[in-house]
Amino acid sequence: MAEHAVVIGAGIVGAACAASLARLGHRVTVIEAGPVGGGATAAGMGHLVVMDDSPAQLALTSRSLELWAELAPRLPVAADYRTCGTLWVASDAEELAGILPKQAAYRTAGRAAGVLDAAELARIEPELRGGLCGGLRVPGDGVVYAPVAARFLLEHSGAALVRARVVNLAERKVRLDNGQTLAAEWVVVAGGAGASELLPDLPLRSRQGHLLITERGGPQVRHQLIELGYLKSAHASDADSVAFNVQPRPSGQLLIGSSRQFGRVSKEPDWPLLRRMLARAADYLPGLRRASALRIWTGQRSATPDHLPIIGPHPDRPGIYLALGHEGLGITAALGTAEVLAADLGGPASPLSAHDFGLRRFERQAVHA
Amino acid sequence: MTALETDLLIIGAGPAGLSAALSAAQGGAAVLLADLGPGPGGQIWRGAKASDGGESGTLLRGVQRQPNITALYGAQVALSERGPQGGHAVQFSTPQGPRRVLAQKIILASGATERFLPFPGWTLPGVVGAGGLQAMVKSGLDVRGARVLVAGSGPLLLAVAAGMRAAGAEVVGVAEQASPTRLLGFGLAAQRGGKVGEAAKLLWALRGVPYWPATYPVEASGGERLTQVELGGLTRRTLECDWLAAGFGLVPDTRLAALFGCALEGGAVKVGAWQQTSQPGIYAAGELTGIGGVDKARLEGSMAGYTATGQVERLRDLPTQLEQARHFQASLSRSFALRPSLRTLPAAGTLICRCEDVPHAALQACPSWTEAKLQTRCGMGTCQGRVCGPAAETLYGWTFTGVRPPLLPLPLADLLGE
Repeated sequence: MAEHAVVIGAGIVGAACAASLARLGHRVTVIEAGPVGGGATAAGMGHLVVMDDSPAQLALTSRSLELWAELAPRLPVAADYRTCGTLWVASDAEELAGILPKQAAYRTAGRAAGVLDAAELARIEPELRGGLCGGLRVPGDGVVYAPVAARFLLEHSGAALVRARVVNLAERKVRLDNGQTLAAEWVVVAGGAGASELLPDLPLRSRQGHLLITERGGPQVRHQLIELGYLKSAHASDADSVAFNVQPRPSGQLLIGSSRQFGRVSKEPDWPLLRRMLARAADYLPGLRRASALRIWTGQRSATPDHLPIIGPHPDRPGIYLALGHEGLGITAALGTAEVLAADLGGPASPLSAHDFGLRRFERQAVHA
Repeated sequence: MTALETDLLIIGAGPAGLSAALSAAQGGAAVLLADLGPGPGGQIWRGAKASDGGESGTLLRGVQRQPNITALYGAQVALSERGPQGGHAVQFSTPQGPRRVLAQKIILASGATERFLPFPGWTLPGVVGAGGLQAMVKSGLDVRGARVLVAGSGPLLLAVAAGMRAAGAEVVGVAEQASPTRLLGFGLAAQRGGKVGEAAKLLWALRGVPYWPATYPVEASGGERLTQVELGGLTRRTLECDWLAAGFGLVPDTRLAALFGCALEGGAVKVGAWQQTSQPGIYAAGELTGIGGVDKARLEGSMAGYTATGQVERLRDLPTQLEQARHFQASLSRSFALRPSLRTLPAAGTLICRCEDVPHAALQACPSWTEAKLQTRCGMGTCQGRVCGPAAETLYGWTFTGVRPPLLPLPLADLLGE
């Protein structure tokens, strides 16, 4: 008999989970108080990127990109899915030295990656400043406009969408602010940064980011461009950090990132940090100074201590499943996340199940530390 | 970029902003008066000079006499951040480049914007906003001999029609969507408000021009540009014309206030008895707190100018006068309330957001402005929802939210302060 599953959150991760569970034949209800795909899904860049920070991250992101490529022909045009590729840019010898191991890691995951020397880099992206050392081109990476993809996944899953806020999460029961109580065999919490309100003990911290979109008419670039120092920014410490990260939109506009900042809740831009971010971007891409800013916004990434998401059953709360804490990789990893979750809930085995995405891993890490 | 420092920054130099500047300056405060136009006056007194007669001239002469008022024209707010000493740092774009102003307090007097409701054919060249055409003519557009149809709603239509006639255009008619009974209500209120003289002047200027109440444009057509307009409602007819100047009333221009984080209510900036907004140190006066015309704007401006500079002893009977002016405001909005059938004017394919080519059908499927923005990119183009925001509020009952800085496209070099 079909089980009833409730998914909390209609962001890209919730929508992907709903679609997977519905495919298994379950009856699915998605709860969302705000717009579909309106949280981190809307605030993010929509960069579909393979990352090799850890074996689990490499497996999750590369498998997810395969799943995105399978989904792509069915996505609506407005989802703007394209494989523009990522170009990782090395600015010094140390970053350059990191390219070969990175290329090897991508290849073990079945992802093509080509090393470029300084001249080749300048040839394929002539707007980059001179004096860069080289780069790694990952042609299978892409971009997607995630709010439209989230709505597509949700609508085609056949899941019911309930516009409400969850006020209480009990064993196999969800109470909503509209007075309704839903009984469900499984409750999947895919609430991004909002999940901490329902499950305050999760090891999640919000990490704010800034993005800026330009008007048409700035410099032309073909790839998503990221500095190889990005990982240093992403993981180095708790201090505020910025990194060069620019995405060409099909419209001719550019999305400029990125910043990372713990513990800031104001939605208003942190102007000094934004200026640092833009100065960094303009250092790599001097033509950006010619571009005009159309819109600036902030968003919250929900981060775990090891920068990997939490996927799977809650160890102490029967019936509750987690699909959250993706930090900046929620859009990339949404489809892989849904596959892991489905495998837990009676679906086909996933190659990703070999990796530990469970909540318990943090206790073990604490013991070993 | 060097910064200009001031006690009080007033944004908008229309009736509210000028009145605020004058009141504030009387107490000795250093006032910086900024406006995006090339001179003072705002929309309603565009091109006003100190040598003019009437209340605009008197007010401008008063402002000119105050040595502690500095004016900054051609200046558009791009963004605002918290200043180093608790005040605000506002960055303006000007023809001379970016300017940064450090202010302890701010009065927002950004006025109103015209609501345009879409109907089939509204994107044809020749179809313009009513206030828009008026502005184009004031900046030199030659309409001599051109046939102009004025349509939509509100007292502005008559002023625009009179202005077109004075500029040599042939005004083929004025179509007002409000019903005759409601218009009568407005006439009575105007009488009580002592506006009979103004109204008589307008009607005299428009003698012989057909005025059709309960009538509105249903379709504009033509090849390369507008050639004819079909009217519907009480007076159904098709008219040949060169210009259609359409406006469906004014709405408070709240985008600046939203940038500063001020709370809104019912589409207007929410203010207290002293014109203070929800943000400490920020006041609002004039049309952006609710459409009410020049008198209300002037009184609110004076109130804000006094209270922002701690001169409460000068308020005297201002609160009472303001109450009367707001009474007039209420009758204005009742008389020109938009009829629900205007919401059915757009066809499925009629564009609502012209920057991003979003048709009516795509928006009808959305439950809110935010969701529409995310799913269709409505309001994400160059105008950032300035035109389609008020239209969408009327058509779909949404609340226009989510103003993001900068308020106008800003060169990255300026943002970086280089």
